[in-house]
Amino acid sequence: MNEASIVKGGWQNELYDLLRRHSVTQFAYVPDAGHQILIDRSLADPEVKSIPLTTEEEGVALIAGADLGGARAVLLMQSSGVGNCINMLSLIKGGRFPFVTLVSMRGDFGEGNPWQFAMGQATQPVLEAMGVICLRVERPEEVVDTTVAALTMAFKGGQAVAVLLTQKLIGAKPF
Amino acid sequence: MGSQVKPDLAAASDLVLDRAEAVPALIGRHEDFLIVAALGGTASDVGAVTGDAAHVYSLGGAMGATCMMGLGLALARPEARVLAVTGDGDLLMNLGALATIAVMNPPNLAILCIDNGHYGETGWQKSHTSLGVDLEKIAIGSGIRRTMTVKRADDLEAGARLLRDGNGSAFVLARVKPTEPPRFQRNFDAAFQRDRFRSSLRDKASARARP
Repeated sequence: MNEASIVKGGWQNELYDLLRRHSVTQFAYVPDAGHQILIDRSLADPEVKSIPLTTEEEGVALIAGADLGGARAVLLMQSSGVGNCINMLSLIKGGRFPFVTLVSMRGDFGEGNPWQFAMGQATQPVLEAMGVICLRVERPEEVVDTTVAALTMAFKGGQAVAVLLTQKLIGAKPF
Repeated sequence: MGSQVKPDLAAASDLVLDRAEAVPALIGRHEDFLIVAALGGTASDVGAVTGDAAHVYSLGGAMGATCMMGLGLALARPEARVLAVTGDGDLLMNLGALATIAVMNPPNLAILCIDNGHYGETGWQKSHTSLGVDLEKIAIGSGIRRTMTVKRADDLEAGARLLRDGNGSAFVLARVKPTEPPRFQRNFDAAFQRDRFRSSLRDKASARARP
């Protein structure tokens, strides 16, 4: 995360407010620095459920269950977690469950940890192979518009959508 | 599906309950629950009790999904009682779900695990629960405070009560004989089931709202 966004938490706070305005009431996550503000705000918000996961695929099934009950959930994860979700996405595709995930990218622009590249570079192809539409965000001013698009495509259009928060946006972790 | 291979019942002699009797006794009045049922034999166990019904979401794949779907549903519908019916194979594939459920601990969620110690769908290979793994102990270690293992007919009543008790998430492990599940023509249309489940909840809500 670059310094400016840590200081202001600008778009991250806007993003949280946006998700709440769109009636998202379940926030499922595996702890991640890129999503820290969203996670912290969901933990502090008495109106929502903030659900820590042991593995990201739990969040895929949770979203489907929430939808059965008429609630909206989102999955916050790092790109390495996308690989943990693949077979579980059969549920989303087969059941035509609306699905929104916000993915903070690793193994991407400026990455210094060689372990991150395999899954980072595979993230978009494997999501697309499972029927998840990917919207990449590279600039802070695009975050809100892109997420509004994703929420509309999912909750009105019935699609599965991933917003990929690239390392150009969130910065590369220093190594 | 319905393989020719049969489990070795003599080798599983500690398993005495018949699933076709245990599951109906544990679930009781199924209309009291919103139900998610795991793929394979478990879905047939549940289907034999409920029929193809709007308040049941029956999985045909996505192994490991059941308990977490139950959690999402329970958090979304705190006024309803949610029953996630899983099997030993389905639960073993996603044991972390027990930890997540324990952390959230919704009072309206009950998990019933039909544990026959085998993968009945794929040729009755032994599962880890035939080889020393105790799923109730894992549930306890995960932090689920209300747990029980049902092994004999005498345990069924207490197991059924625990599934209906609204004082924190509950976990009931039903150890049953590795026999064929009841015959039931499952509904494999995942999207149809979703629409039907959601509309039925909406209809109930609007019926309640009427003066």
